[in-house]
Amino acid sequence: MIAINIEKKLKGYAGAGILKVEHQFNAGSITTIHGPSGAGKTTFLKILAGLTNTDKGTISVNNTTWLDTQQGINLLPQARRVGFVFQDYALFPNMTVMQHLEYATDDRKWIDRLLRLGKLETLTTHKSDQLSGGQQQRLAILRALAIKPQIILMDEPFAALDKTIKLEMINHLQAVFAELNATVLIVTHNPDELVGIADEDLYIAGI
Amino acid sequence: MDLSPIWLTLKLATITTALLLLVGLPLAWWLSKSRSVIKIIIEALITMPLVLPPSVLGFYLLLAFSPQQGVGKWLQNTFDIQLVFSFKGLVLASVIYSMPFMVGPIKSALQQLPQSLAQASYTLGKTQWQTFKSVLLPNIKPSLITALVLTFAHTLGEFGVVLMIGGNIPNVTRVASIAVYDSVERMDYASANNYSLVLFAITFVMVIGVFVFNKYQAKSPLE
Repeated sequence: MIAINIEKKLKGYAGAGILKVEHQFNAGSITTIHGPSGAGKTTFLKILAGLTNTDKGTISVNNTTWLDTQQGINLLPQARRVGFVFQDYALFPNMTVMQHLEYATDDRKWIDRLLRLGKLETLTTHKSDQLSGGQQQRLAILRALAIKPQIILMDEPFAALDKTIKLEMINHLQAVFAELNATVLIVTHNPDELVGIADEDLYIAGI
Repeated sequence: MDLSPIWLTLKLATITTALLLLVGLPLAWWLSKSRSVIKIIIEALITMPLVLPPSVLGFYLLLAFSPQQGVGKWLQNTFDIQLVFSFKGLVLASVIYSMPFMVGPIKSALQQLPQSLAQASYTLGKTQWQTFKSVLLPNIKPSLITALVLTFAHTLGEFGVVLMIGGNIPNVTRVASIAVYDSVERMDYASANNYSLVLFAITFVMVIGVFVFNKYQAKSPLE
């Protein structure tokens, strides 16, 4: 279970705001997160991954403290090992599809399975700039899954996928999430596309 | 034509560039990350050789390296190292003088990479060093090549600092730019022309090489 209680001042185009989230996510659950632009949805995911600091608060995962601003505890992202799908994909321009996955894991069988899941088996030697937007997004998802994370954070992970591939991808991903028993948080502008798949929806309004 | 000034110049430029690569890479990486007052001060100091007259920099280095006082005296007494009027002194002065040409392009290139690249690597469990080596460095290759060539070419053309620190000692500190000046002083325009032509040719070929390597995408040093 992930227990979060954080607060952070935000600087945005519309002036200063406050991101305040107090929530518990059950282990193995899938949660969609939505809210207005600038409310801090991406910042929330990055705080959880240890990529951004927060002003105050606590994060504990399965009774292990990842963050406690009062006690000065803040686990590095390397120690948290969450699977993170970035909104801009954050693919490495110098690496091919295969190199992306090999950079993340040595598990050859897992890599082959991920490539089949993302339908990228025939593109293993292509660099990221030789892929279409949808292929890049799938590679970003596969790379995040490559480390077999217990927590998966996805920032608009299906925005560039066409409807058919999106549905197929979501079906396959559900099976992988269940297999990994991963707790999944998905930021989306369209929570309806995951109705029936997500266990709950969290609305982040920002203050 | 006495070729020793040319060889000495190439030796100085090679050693300076190699040392600056070792020092400049981590320094540029550190500077490219979040800002702080101390970083601004250090960056300003690194940039000073770009705006300061070389003779002024050379004068201060001459004072600093002087065996009569301060650091120079300590080095002389403790390690028997004399930096003034020696090749070692030229190397140290060149490293300081050419540092902005190595650090500047690398720092700018690192800052232009999206933060999410390094962040993605961290979430995969990679250390800062692994991330720098495998993700950041390969993606700034054109800027790195530009920095290396600019540093090398700039060291080839040093004059004011070299003259102040090294003087004009044949085979020790008499580099090509000093040889040009010395030849003109002696009204030996033929020798001056030969040295100038060699310097021009080397730097021109190097700059052309960078443009070809970077497929015409190399950044102008003035950008």
